[in-house]
Amino acid sequence: MDQFIFAAEVVLNGLMTGVMYALVALGFVLIFKASGVFNYAQGVLALFAALTLVGIQNGQVPFAHLINAALGTQLHHFGWTVPSVMAIALTALVMVGLAFLIEKLVLQHLVGQEPIILFMATIGLAYFLEGLGDVMWGADIKTLDVGLPQGISDSIETMTDAWFGYGFFIDRLDIWATVIAALLVAALVAFAQYTKQGRAMRAVADDHQAALSVGISLRFIWVMVWSIAGFVALVAGIMWGTKSGVQFSLSLIALKALPVLMLGGFTSIPGAIVGGLIIGVGEKLFEFTVGPMVGGATENWFAYVLALLFLVFRPQGLFGERIIERV
Amino acid sequence: MIYREAGDFKTSYRDDSQTFPIRLDRWGYYAVLAVAFGIVPFVINDYWANAVLVPFLIYAIAALGLNILTGYAGQVSLGTGGFMAVGAYAVYKLMTSFPEVNVVIHILLAGGITAIVGLLFGLPSLRIKGFYLAVATLAAQFFLVWLFNKVPWFYNYSASGQITAPTRTVLDHAVTGPAASAPAKYLVCLCFAFVLAWVARNLTRGTLGRKWMAIRDMDIAAEIIGVDPLRAKLSAFAVSSFFVGIAGALLFAVYLGAAEVGEAFGINKSFLVLFMIIIGGLGSIFGSFAGAAFLVLLPVLLKNLLVGSLGWPTDLAAHIELMIVGALIVLFLIVEPHGLARLWTLTKEKLRLWPFPH
Repeated sequence: MDQFIFAAEVVLNGLMTGVMYALVALGFVLIFKASGVFNYAQGVLALFAALTLVGIQNGQVPFAHLINAALGTQLHHFGWTVPSVMAIALTALVMVGLAFLIEKLVLQHLVGQEPIILFMATIGLAYFLEGLGDVMWGADIKTLDVGLPQGISDSIETMTDAWFGYGFFIDRLDIWATVIAALLVAALVAFAQYTKQGRAMRAVADDHQAALSVGISLRFIWVMVWSIAGFVALVAGIMWGTKSGVQFSLSLIALKALPVLMLGGFTSIPGAIVGGLIIGVGEKLFEFTVGPMVGGATENWFAYVLALLFLVFRPQGLFGERIIERV
Repeated sequence: MIYREAGDFKTSYRDDSQTFPIRLDRWGYYAVLAVAFGIVPFVINDYWANAVLVPFLIYAIAALGLNILTGYAGQVSLGTGGFMAVGAYAVYKLMTSFPEVNVVIHILLAGGITAIVGLLFGLPSLRIKGFYLAVATLAAQFFLVWLFNKVPWFYNYSASGQITAPTRTVLDHAVTGPAASAPAKYLVCLCFAFVLAWVARNLTRGTLGRKWMAIRDMDIAAEIIGVDPLRAKLSAFAVSSFFVGIAGALLFAVYLGAAEVGEAFGINKSFLVLFMIIIGGLGSIFGSFAGAAFLVLLPVLLKNLLVGSLGWPTDLAAHIELMIVGALIVLFLIVEPHGLARLWTLTKEKLRLWPFPH
C-alpha cells in the first residue's frame, strides 16, 4: 500500500513535469504547423526570454560585458528595478521584435528550401541566440522571481495526509504552471478557431500556395506565429526559470520536448499535451521503479527510448497526420 | 601550366574514371600528400599538433563518417557524440585488457565494435524517416553516454569515472599516453585519415555509394528499381559508425589522453560534427575535410584575435564565438546550402575557362 501511495505521488509529480514539457513542445508545434519549420531554437528562445526578463527586471545594462571589454568602462546596472508585470510586457515586445528579425534575416531567404536545411538553420539560430543571450546579459546563473508562489503546497499535504496517512509533496509552482498552461492552450485553440488571424494561420498551415492566392500575407503570418512561439517560450522560460534558475541548462529542455513531439506527432496541439504528460509520468515512474536497480539518472534517456520504441509501431506519432508517400 | 583537361589524353577506362581527372589537380593532391607526410612531421611542434592538426584530422574522420550517413545516404543522425564514445570506450577496454596487441589493431577493432552498435541503432531507420529519425538518434546519444557513466566496468572501476589512455607504441614510438611526441600523434592520425578518406572515396563512387544516394534521393523509388533499403540503410549506418568510432578512439587515445564521457562526447559533439558537414558540404569527401578545418581553425583564430590581440576575457570570447558560429551556419545555408565543397567546385569550373571565359 505504501508503495502504491508513493507511486501515486510520483505520477502526480510526473504529470506536473509533463505539463512543463508540453509548454515547450507547444511552441514547436505552432511553428511547425504554420511554416513547416522544425524549430530547434525553441528551447533557446525560452532561455533568451528568461534572461531578458531577469535583465530588464534588475535594470542590467545590455552588452555590459562587451562594452566594458571594448571601452574599458565599468558599466553593469542602470540602478533601477522594473516591476514584474511591466518587465514581462517589455520582454514580450522584445520577443515580437526578435520574431520580426528572424523572419526578415533568416526565414525570408530560405523560402522553398528543403525542410532539413531549415532545421539546420534553426540550430544555427539556436547557437547565435545562446551566444547573444550570454553576451547581452552575462552567463552567470540568475534567480527569477516574478511573484509566483513557490514551495510545498500545505493544503494538499494536509488533505492527502488526512486521506492516506501520508502527505503528498507537490510544489505550488507546478500547480500554477498547470493552470497557466491550461489557460494558454485554451487561449491558443480559441485564437486558432475563432479569430480571423487564427483562421489565416490554419490556412497557411494547410497549403502555402492556396493561402497566398486568396490574399493571406505569408510574411505577416510567419512573424505572428514566431511571436506567439516567442510568447509561449516566455511563459515556459518564466516557469522553468523560477523553478531551477535561469542558466544555460534551460535551453536543454528543448531537447526534452523533442521526444514529447515525436510521441504526440509534430502537427498536433493536443498531441503535444498528451505526449508531454505521457513522457512526464513515464520517466518519473521508470526512475521510481527501475532507476534504483540500474544506478539512477534514467531520466536522461528514458524519454527518447520510449519515443523511439513507440515510433517503430506508429511512425507518425499518436495524433500526427498520416504520412502518405508518393513516388 | 593552365588548369585544363585539354591535352591530357585518357587511353583507358581506368584513367577516365580517376578521382582527379585534371593533371594540375592530381599534382596538387600529390603535393599535399608529400607535404603532409614528408615535411610536416619534421617541423611540427606541440602547439600546432594539439591545437590544430591532430584535432583537424580526427574531426575530419568523424565528418567523413557522418557525411556517409547524412550526405550520401540521407539519414540525419544526431548521435555522433554517442558513437564516438563507443569507439573511445571500446579502445580503452581493449588497450587495458590486451596490452600486448598493437594499438592500431585496437583502434580498428574499436571501429568495428562501433559499427555493430551503429547497426543496432540504425534498425529503426527502416520505419522512421526524416525529422523523426533525427530525434530518434538522440536516443542513442543520451543512452550511450548514460551507459558509460553508470556502468563501472566500462571505466575499469576507476574512482574518478574517467578513462585514461595508457602508453602504447607503434614501431617503438609512443603514440598514446603522456610520452607521445607531437610528430608521432600527428602521423598516426594522418595515416588513419588518409586511408579512411581513400576508402570513403572509393566506397561512395562504387555500387554501394550509388545505392546510398538512390536511397537518399527517394527511398521508395530506389526500392522499386531494385535497391534493398534494408541493406543500403544498415550498411550506411555500419560504415558511418566505423569511421565515427575510429575518430572517437583517436580523439580519446591520441588527442585527449583522458576523457569523461559527458564532457568529451556530449550532445554538443554531435552538433559540432553535423555543422562540419553542413559547412563543408553534404555528400562530399573534400567537404568533410574543409568543414573540419574550418570549425577547428575558427575557434583558434577567434581566440588569438579576441583574447590574444584585444585582451578580452576568455568567457566573453567564447560567447562571441558561439554567435559567430551560429551566424555563419545561417549565412552558409542562405548563401550556399551546399557548403564549401560547392564553392570549390565553382572555382574549378571558372578556372577551367580562365583566362578566356566565353
